[in-house]
Amino acid sequence: MKGGRHRLFTAGLFVAALVIAACVSQFASGRPDGLEHVAGSLGFAGAADPHAAADGVFADYGVRGWDSPVGSALAGVVGCVATLALTLFLTFRRPSDRTTS
Amino acid sequence: MHVPDGFLAAPTSVCTAVVAAGAIAMAVRRTRSEGVVNEPPMAALVATLVFALQTVNFHVGDGTSGHLLGGALAAVLVGPWAATICLTAVLTVQACIFADGGITALGTNVVLMALVGVTVGWFVTRASVTLLPRTNASLPLAAGLGAVLSVPAAAVAFTGLYLVGGATDVGAGELAEAMIGWHTLIGLGEGAFTAGIVGVLISSRPDLVHASRLVARPEKVVA
Repeated sequence: MKGGRHRLFTAGLFVAALVIAACVSQFASGRPDGLEHVAGSLGFAGAADPHAAADGVFADYGVRGWDSPVGSALAGVVGCVATLALTLFLTFRRPSDRTTS
Repeated sequence: MHVPDGFLAAPTSVCTAVVAAGAIAMAVRRTRSEGVVNEPPMAALVATLVFALQTVNFHVGDGTSGHLLGGALAAVLVGPWAATICLTAVLTVQACIFADGGITALGTNVVLMALVGVTVGWFVTRASVTLLPRTNASLPLAAGLGAVLSVPAAAVAFTGLYLVGGATDVGAGELAEAMIGWHTLIGLGEGAFTAGIVGVLISSRPDLVHASRLVARPEKVVA
């Protein structure tokens, strides 16, 4: 049944994303990324302004005040859910969007 | 390559924001009217996957890391217009919830990754497909090549933006060499991961990979 295949695929891909964001990310390299590294070595890293959302609960992919891998796993899950929701909002096709046939 | 607030002067940031907004509006209209697959909600799933993959930095060279950009991957899976939206959603969530990438720099990051990264990734994939055997099995390699070039392309775009409106004066050659050098290395990682993921998906659900239409043969007529 087509619906069943799709549901399995949807669940599988979403779970894969959650596992990556919550668990695999724990092993991510902590080194500065390419741009940060270049900015550091060429002297413009200091030009960065403080981030407006730097005091947020999930700033920097953790949970403020909770220094634990569980906190960063939770942040990963939150990010996945937020991204899923935002993209659904932007792309979901409603019957009213159909061009006239 | 998430640009923080302050790297680029306000006029440059504003220009990138305008370009980004226009492109996103076009992309939303295109995906809504062209019928990007709703069942399953591929764009939303791909965006979520890209977000997750972007959290996994990998060591590059001595002292740096890279992470997947995902522009070529998204374009191959859901087409370039939807991919623009996927990357935009990822960047928005990253900037607003995780303070990763400036909020006033969001337009810049969209231009670099959701526009340049996606577009170069897509067109290099398409070009590669024309040079390879016309079968699904060619797609992982084509996508990998698209991915490899998409990252330094975004680095070139950043270099251009910084030379036009950067907060400090840096030598053009110096900046270009550093940005393109590191991001070519990162591009190799991007290519490998992209080829692998596309390989898994094209072998399990080719019907859900947008780029499979690039290698589709016309239906044979059964006599």
